[in-house]
Amino acid sequence: MRSRLGSAVGAVVATAAVLAGCGGGDDGGRVTLNFWAYNEPSGSFRAAADRCTEQSDGRYRIAFNPLGNDPDTQRQSLVRRLAAKDSSIDIMSMDVIWTAEFAEAEWIKPWPEQFASKVREGTLEGPLQTATYEDELYAAPANSNTQLLWYRKDLVDGEPPRTWDKLIDTASEMEEGGQIEIQGAQYEGTTVLFNSLIQSAGGEILDGPDKVGLEQEPTQKAVDVMAKFGRSPAANPSLENQKEDQGRLAFEQGQAAFQVNYPFIYPSAKDGAPEIFKNLGWAEYPSVEEGGPSKAPIGGFNWGVGNYTEHPELAFEAATCLRSDENQRSFALDGGLPPTLEAIYDDPKFEEQYPFGDLIRRQLDDPGVRPASPLYADVSLAIYKTLSPFSDIDTDTVVDALRERVSNALKSQGLL
Amino acid sequence: MLCAPAIIVMIAVTAYPIGYSVYLSLLRADLRFPNDNEFVGLDNYVTVLSSSLWWNDVFHTVVIMVVSVALELVLGMLLALVMHRALFGRGLVRTSALIPYGIVTVVAAFAWRLAWSGTEGGFLAGIGPIPDDPLTDTFWTYVVVIGTEVWKTTPFMALLLLAGLALVSDELHEAARVDGANAWQRFWSITVPLMRPAILVALLFRTLDAFRIFDSAYIIGLNGTNPKIETVSILGYNQLLNRLNLGLGSAVSVLIFLMVMLIALVFIKGLGTSSPGAQSR
Repeated sequence: MRSRLGSAVGAVVATAAVLAGCGGGDDGGRVTLNFWAYNEPSGSFRAAADRCTEQSDGRYRIAFNPLGNDPDTQRQSLVRRLAAKDSSIDIMSMDVIWTAEFAEAEWIKPWPEQFASKVREGTLEGPLQTATYEDELYAAPANSNTQLLWYRKDLVDGEPPRTWDKLIDTASEMEEGGQIEIQGAQYEGTTVLFNSLIQSAGGEILDGPDKVGLEQEPTQKAVDVMAKFGRSPAANPSLENQKEDQGRLAFEQGQAAFQVNYPFIYPSAKDGAPEIFKNLGWAEYPSVEEGGPSKAPIGGFNWGVGNYTEHPELAFEAATCLRSDENQRSFALDGGLPPTLEAIYDDPKFEEQYPFGDLIRRQLDDPGVRPASPLYADVSLAIYKTLSPFSDIDTDTVVDALRERVSNALKSQGLL
Repeated sequence: MLCAPAIIVMIAVTAYPIGYSVYLSLLRADLRFPNDNEFVGLDNYVTVLSSSLWWNDVFHTVVIMVVSVALELVLGMLLALVMHRALFGRGLVRTSALIPYGIVTVVAAFAWRLAWSGTEGGFLAGIGPIPDDPLTDTFWTYVVVIGTEVWKTTPFMALLLLAGLALVSDELHEAARVDGANAWQRFWSITVPLMRPAILVALLFRTLDAFRIFDSAYIIGLNGTNPKIETVSILGYNQLLNRLNLGLGSAVSVLIFLMVMLIALVFIKGLGTSSPGAQSR
């Protein structure tokens, strides 16, 4: 009887210990921090988590939880948990456009000065702006991103055209590989393109966090480019389903002489399409008007700290580690994602391995930042639902339609 | 009194969520601004019902529903007859016919999408009349979505019909045969009328299911990015999970619920007026 009782007690204790371990809490003084992030295909985000775990001297362990592949699904997964005040989100990868929304909803913690000052030090201005809302730092820029115009030197004579108009004309006249790979599906990528076009033409989508911009002339010019492209032979027949990765694939398969895309295509072509890689050239993102600014898109991830975390201090510390010089180099060289730390661009060795680094840094000086608004997701939805597919754009009425839908979106109204 | 626990459970899992959705649909409620909820009456319904997007999506949904259920009925009936008549390997026939129904919808939808998608290397793209990227073509997208639905749920239809077939007695068939009725006449004048209740139940189940279609249209529409195949459920999902707009999203959900009720009502009235004996001669 006694021994039975003893083993029963033993079993209960053991079960309790197992349960505590499952709870992701403290095992032997070591805290488990949950890092929810885009599962960057080269694995560099996961590798950074492991590296920081090692460097923490056993104080914390970072558990990597992969999010979906496109920004919309990543946001949905996070938002669903955050709205329910889930304490298991310690650190998360946030697309640069979420800062205002997440901050306003109090889903992320503002960075305390001691950590914020460390993040600001040596970080490029453009990426830093994307992590700031109402003068407070809400996230740490982990990587930046911008699109370049990639082209095939074996098909294009000399420098590629500088404006969208000429680029579309040039590609349309080509006999071989006459496509330009652009993102045109009903998703964030279409808003990215539209934002760059309207800013390049001198306009803005929003005039402040809750006011519609969309001035007549620049908006008209932007939608004209999109409509022209959508109806031209330079468009991929599947344009209305094209996202970044589909564009990359079509380019690697040799269908296109041009593609507008992020630099992740560089390491990918190197491994997957050596023939194309041999002749791969790059140039500045096209502009709407000759000599005008190109306002290339700025993207990237910022690390945010969840507002409901039980270990805020450690989370800030770990998030800082996850964007260290060493980790940012790995994001860039393995994953193709441009760094946010200025010093890395000045390193000659980096320039050698990342030959378009200088161009990227120049584009990041004057990028096409998407509007900061707590209702950005709705605004973006209104834009891409109105503009994609490009070939259906009615250039006479679309500007008014855009204004109406964006203004509804800013009031949380209208079906989108 | 003894059924009280059951009633409490039913209220907790059905009545409360439905009631809460109806309540939310009367609010301007956005999860991003949890403190700004306000009562707006029927505004959300006006917004939804006056939006062309809603009616487009209703149209898409009805097209998928009608075509896929019609095909399923015909194919399901054939399958049921085969299963009913099979003399050898009856168990094998039934099991293999049921396999598609056992596959998770999301997996089935991905299998179909990957088989058809031009950009994702589908082997069917570009064969014969099929365009290079069928999933960008409206007609072919519907073919693929409806194909997925039919492939997956025909076994379910067949199973319900099989139960109905078992009710038809062999003596009636033999009598008809003696009177000189051919196979088609026997099927149409004896089997179908006697099976009518089973057919209607099968149709009701499938129609309700088909109206709420989400998974396959979402995945074959490239994660909900293809507006040509957006269904009402995807629309509701977008309002609720993309925009976190609980008010509008709940209004969409309640409207879907009402339409499902309407469909059920039509069917049940149909069922009520047709007792098996009354129709057969």
